[in-house]
Amino acid sequence: MVTSSTLEIIVASRRRRQKKYVLVVGALAVLLVLIFAITLSVGHSFTPPGDVLRVLMGEAVPGASFTVGQLRLPRALLGLLAGLSFGLGGVAFQIMLRNPLASPDIIGISSGASAAAVFAIVVLSLKGPIVSVLAVSAGLGVALAVYGLSFRNGVAGTRLILVGIGVSAMLESVVAYILSQAPAWSLQEAMRWLTGSVNGAQLDQSATLAIALAVCGGLLLSRARDIEALRLGDDMAAALGVRVSETRMIIIVTAVGLIACATAVTGPIAFVAFLSGPIAGRIVGDSGPVLLPAALIGAVLVLGGDYAGQFLLASRYPVGVITGALGAPYLIYLIIRVSRAGGSL
Amino acid sequence: MTTHSLIVTGLAAGYGDSDILHDLDLTVPAGKITAIVGANACGKSTLLRAMSRLLKPRAGQVLLDGKSVHKTSPKELARTLGLLPQSPIAPEGITVADLVSRGRHPHQGLFGRWTREDDEAVRAALDVTKTGDIAERNVDELSGGQRQRVWIAMALAQETEVLLLDEPTTFLDINHQIEVLDLMTDLNQTRGTTIAMVLHDLNLAARYADYLIAMTAGRVHVSGSPETVLTEDNVRQVFGLESRVIADPTSGRPIMLPLGRHHVTQA
Repeated sequence: MVTSSTLEIIVASRRRRQKKYVLVVGALAVLLVLIFAITLSVGHSFTPPGDVLRVLMGEAVPGASFTVGQLRLPRALLGLLAGLSFGLGGVAFQIMLRNPLASPDIIGISSGASAAAVFAIVVLSLKGPIVSVLAVSAGLGVALAVYGLSFRNGVAGTRLILVGIGVSAMLESVVAYILSQAPAWSLQEAMRWLTGSVNGAQLDQSATLAIALAVCGGLLLSRARDIEALRLGDDMAAALGVRVSETRMIIIVTAVGLIACATAVTGPIAFVAFLSGPIAGRIVGDSGPVLLPAALIGAVLVLGGDYAGQFLLASRYPVGVITGALGAPYLIYLIIRVSRAGGSL
Repeated sequence: MTTHSLIVTGLAAGYGDSDILHDLDLTVPAGKITAIVGANACGKSTLLRAMSRLLKPRAGQVLLDGKSVHKTSPKELARTLGLLPQSPIAPEGITVADLVSRGRHPHQGLFGRWTREDDEAVRAALDVTKTGDIAERNVDELSGGQRQRVWIAMALAQETEVLLLDEPTTFLDINHQIEVLDLMTDLNQTRGTTIAMVLHDLNLAARYADYLIAMTAGRVHVSGSPETVLTEDNVRQVFGLESRVIADPTSGRPIMLPLGRHHVTQA
C-alpha cells in the first residue's frame, strides 16, 4: 500500500520532529538551570545548595545571605533576563529580514539604545525605568532611521545591513565620546557601555526587565507560528494567511523593546543577539520554531559568559568581552561564507 | 464539490507611485485551468499578487464568491485561495515533509495543534505530487524539478479550491515542465480545483489551459479559449512577433511558430 506508507512516513517524521524539539528545549532549559545554580552557589567561595535554597526562600543565613542574596542572585537574574531578551530580540530580527547579519546588535539598534542610556545616565543623571524608556525610544528611532535610509523601491536586506553597520559605528562613537567626557567614571562602568556587563547588578533592575520580557517576549512567542511562516518569504507567508505587515510591526516593536530594555541595564552585551539565533537554528534544525530555543541560548551565553569572565579566566572580564570573543570569529565566518557563495553580503 | 467565482473589476494596482495594472477586468472560470500570458513586465505577477490579497489595489476590486478578497480575513482567504509565488524560500535544512506540512498553516489554531485531517492532507499532497519517497530528504538537496513539485505539494496541502501559481514551470527542464502541467491537469480533473497560472510558454499555455488571458501593459488584451486567443494577430499585438499558428497534430490545440528573420523557408 503506497498511500498508507506515505501516511506512516509523515506521522513518523512529525513525531521525530516533535520529540527532538521537546528534547532540545528541555536540554537547554536544564542547562540553563544548571548554570544558574552554579552561578548562585560557586564563586570565590562555595555556598552549599541547601543554603542557597534557604536564602532564596527568604531566610537569613549568616554569610550566605550577603553573597548569594546581595551579590550573586541579582547578577544571575539580570544575566538570565538580559540573555533571554537578547536571544529573542535577535532571532526575531534575523527571521524577519531573513539574514543572520540583520541582528539588532549589528544594524545599530543596540548601539542606539546604548547611546541613549549613556546619555541619560551620564549627561542627564537619570536612573531607573526612565532610562529604559529613553533606550527603547532611541532603539525604535534607529530602527526607523535605518529602515528609512535603506528604502529605495522597497527595502533590500543587504542595503539595510550596510546602512545599519554605518549607523551602528556612528552611535558607538557617540557612546565613546560621552564616556570620555564623563569625569568620574571607572573602567568597569565604561566597559558596560562599550561591551556590556552585569557587574553591580541590583534586583530592581531585573524587575523592569522582567516586565519588558513578559510583555514583549510573550507577544512575540504568541506569534511564533506566524513568525516561523515568514521564513518562507513574505509572499508565501501571506498566501498562508499570515498578516505580514502586522507581524513585522509586532516583531519590530517587541524586539526593539526587548533589546533596548536589556541594553539600558547591561549595555550592549556583544554579539549575544547575533549568535543566539544561528546557534539555536543549528541545534533545532527543522524540528520546531526557533524563537524559544534562541532565547534560552541567549541566557546560556550571558550567564555562562559572565561566569567564565569572573571565575574561569586568569583575570576578571565583563561578560561582553567573553561573548565578543565568541561572536567575532562567527561574524567573520559568516561574511566569508556569504561572499564565497557569490553574494555581495 | 463547490465552485468559486473569481472576478476582477476595474483593478488598478502597482508599486510606489506608478500603477502597473490599469482598470483591469477579468473573470477566472470556475473549475477550469486558466493561463495568463503576456510579455515581460506587462503585470502578470502583479495581477496574481493583487488577486491573492498580497497587493492592495488602488482602485477596483477582486471578488471571490462575491466578496472582496481585501476585506476577507487573510486566514479565511488562505483556506479557499492558495498562491504559489515565483520564488518562495525554503528555510535552510528543512525536510520535504516539514515544508509540505507548513501548507496547513491556515487550518491550524494559535498553538498549531496537529490533527488527523492535517496528516491526511499532507499525505494526499505528497502522493499526488509523487514526493512521498523523498519526504525525509532535505529540500536543499533536491533537483529543480523535485523542488518545484515539493512547493506544489505544499500549496496542495493547503487544500484550497482555487490555486494561483506564478510561473510554476520557469527554470525547469522541458520534461519537468510537462510533469508540473500534467499534475495541474490531474488536480483540476480529480479535485475540481480552479487553477490560474502565469505561464511563459504560449504553446504549453494553449495546450494545458482551458482559458487564456493575454495581457499587454497592465490590461487584458484578449481572453477566451486557446483557439480564440492564440492567433497570429494576437501574437503580433501582444508580443510584437510575426508568427504562424497551426493546429498541434498531437492535441489539436493551436501552436505558435515564431517566424524570426532566419531559417524560415516557407512562411
